[in-house]
Amino acid sequence: MILGYAGRFLEVDLLTEKIKEVKFDDEILEDYIGGRGLAAKILWDRLGRKWEEIDPLEPENVLLFLTGPLTGYFPGGRICVSGKSPQSNGMVGSTVGGEFGVELRCAGYDGIIVTGEAEKPVYLSVKDSDIEIRDASHVWGRDAKQTVKILNNECRELLKKRFSLYGEWKEPSILYVGPAGENKVRTAVVAAKWAHAAGYGGYGAVMGSKKLKAVAVKGTGPLPPVANIKEVKKLIRVVDDDAYENELWRRWGTGSGGYEVGAKTSSEPVRNWQDEWHDERSFGVDQFENRVWIKQFWSDFGCPTCCLKIAMVKTGKFKGAITDNPDYEMQAYLGPNLGIFTPEENVFLSSLIDDLGLCGIQTGNVMGFAAELFQRGILTKKDVDGIELKWGDAEAFAALARKIAFKEGIGDLLAEGVYRVALKIQEQKKVNVLKYAVQSKGIGIGAHGIRSEKDYPEKISYVCSVQGGDHTSTTGLPLDGSGSELGEIFNDSGVYCNFNSFGVPRKVKFDFYKAVTGIELTSEDWYTSKALKILQLQRAMLLLGGPDLKWNPKIHDANPPRFYEPLPSGPYKGKTADKAKVEEEKERYYEAVGWDENGIPQSEILRKLGLRDVDKKLEKLR
Amino acid sequence: MTTKKEPIWIARDLSKCSGCRKCEIACSLFHEKRIWPEASRIRVFMLVPGTDFPHFCAQCENYPCVKACPVKALSISKKTGAVLVKANLCTACGKCIDACPGRIPHMHPTKKHILICDLCHGKPQCVKVCQEGEWNVLKRISRGNRPYELYARTPREITRDLAFKMYGEKAEEFL
Repeated sequence: MILGYAGRFLEVDLLTEKIKEVKFDDEILEDYIGGRGLAAKILWDRLGRKWEEIDPLEPENVLLFLTGPLTGYFPGGRICVSGKSPQSNGMVGSTVGGEFGVELRCAGYDGIIVTGEAEKPVYLSVKDSDIEIRDASHVWGRDAKQTVKILNNECRELLKKRFSLYGEWKEPSILYVGPAGENKVRTAVVAAKWAHAAGYGGYGAVMGSKKLKAVAVKGTGPLPPVANIKEVKKLIRVVDDDAYENELWRRWGTGSGGYEVGAKTSSEPVRNWQDEWHDERSFGVDQFENRVWIKQFWSDFGCPTCCLKIAMVKTGKFKGAITDNPDYEMQAYLGPNLGIFTPEENVFLSSLIDDLGLCGIQTGNVMGFAAELFQRGILTKKDVDGIELKWGDAEAFAALARKIAFKEGIGDLLAEGVYRVALKIQEQKKVNVLKYAVQSKGIGIGAHGIRSEKDYPEKISYVCSVQGGDHTSTTGLPLDGSGSELGEIFNDSGVYCNFNSFGVPRKVKFDFYKAVTGIELTSEDWYTSKALKILQLQRAMLLLGGPDLKWNPKIHDANPPRFYEPLPSGPYKGKTADKAKVEEEKERYYEAVGWDENGIPQSEILRKLGLRDVDKKLEKLR
Repeated sequence: MTTKKEPIWIARDLSKCSGCRKCEIACSLFHEKRIWPEASRIRVFMLVPGTDFPHFCAQCENYPCVKACPVKALSISKKTGAVLVKANLCTACGKCIDACPGRIPHMHPTKKHILICDLCHGKPQCVKVCQEGEWNVLKRISRGNRPYELYARTPREITRDLAFKMYGEKAEEFL
């Protein structure tokens, strides 16, 4: 057995309520590591044959919660959530911070595989090897904060009853969905700790479709044994020391982007990306720091950075709203993207989004889209249930968010996520509205634009990513460079926080992997073989798509049309993405990853990587 | 740090805790040679999100846990002032937990004995990592003649206070 793994995965079928343990061969773990990589393998093996027919929101879909060998060791614990995505119809490795991954590994499992659909709402309770499917009807419909409270108290009571001599029980770690997930809203998240979320992919809707309200885990064992604990300690030190030097991120978190990305790099969504520049000092992180932050440093397991903060509105009509931070993405998407420029309104909307179990990025994106259509008169007040959907009106957007989470009125339409909404409105109104949808492959683009060329994403970052608009998995050339998603695949497969790895040399990550597993991993192994294999699997599933949507790379490997409109203001006024250059870069990328001129992975590369069945399956697309 | 006179005490400023749990990591690596949060002698509780705090022995001046032990498995270190557990004598009866005003001791998750902070023979590993990260929740100081039992409070009591400190009247909704 490879070191660093618990060696067992839990498989739970919610229909039959059968629970079993499954194991994977060492070769599989060695090739696919864990998290995102292993998710690609599991999903392909289980669903690949009939991928196009699987409705992500039907019981056939498989929902995965996977750790990796580095979870708990590499500073900054996370867990990877995956399955067939109801946003892209491909597969997304969506990670969320917290203690869940560590608790799970301490319980003796590397991951949980959930199949089927429960008859009534349930939650899964894991205490070491005691696994129970429990009734969740009392928390169904509850918001994030109430769900956490009720399940936390309930699980601790149970532990106390069963192990009365243990002493005081700490809280279990809980992943849950809010009302949006229950209602199968495609922009729903799988969440933790009130406000942490696995957003990209829309797996909250998958959990909801399975009537799985939550998973609560308490593990009392140690993390799995490693090959060289001395070396692990040394490497933790290296990562920590690097983080401790990064004063800006520790102090302000990504929130520092709220001003910087707008004013300096001019790449922040403003009013549904009609602009990417603002220099509103009212939205600087310094305005949040003392005004709304009540806890300035909030960590997940082992994290030296503490990019998270807790914010609470202290005065005015939004008094009492609480959220973590908000971080840059929430600041942008629930701020300038909706024409909002005050910390209080931003915290209020972020808090509401948490409570409803919505994704701030995807929901902020689709709400911005709707507001732009309102601005242009394409959507009327009647269309949006009488809401005056004006830029900057936090209460109007709050009303809209509630409608989305509960699929009421216009919310029922917007709950489909920006791409599907655009298609529907286009059909109803006979107007081209797709050009206002800022997304890639059904996934709204993260709050980092490409037009100014001053931020990290580049020409094809969102065009060719196998995770669409995911700003944490952008891609580009060279394949072994920091701009390609192959590096991100390692973070998401080892399953730890990429924020703690930005500043350390790549070698440290591979050394870390070796110190934990005992297996040597070279850059060449990773970038020319293992990561590439995971990428091809993800690409194959993305292109197979279905049943409601299919992607044609010729059309859909593209930037949103908005990125070709010149920036209307700011220091980079007039700048725009260059279509010819994007196409040229895309061709180079296709060649580098072994895709043909139509963007389909070629036989040669697939066979070289040992993916014969993928090759066969893709024949019909060629 | 080494200049502090023994016996020592770990001063604690709970509301500064980030919840990074590096203290649990350091403690379990020192005592168990593994990363093992539940076997750590210092445990970070987060019963309400945001109210993270470390829970560990306060070395009350009257040591009620030591008195409550029916088999003399607990003793007081003359050097550091820590409560020492003789694992081979401990019967895991849990009487020390009930005697502790903060219900701080807890069982080793796999072995049949209680876990209580032993101050790492005078060089507490939790303090080291907490200070490295500049959280400064924990600080090693000399032990004086002070009412240390005031620090021995249950997780529920501490959580309640921290929740009120952070969330004001909203706290009631989360407890």
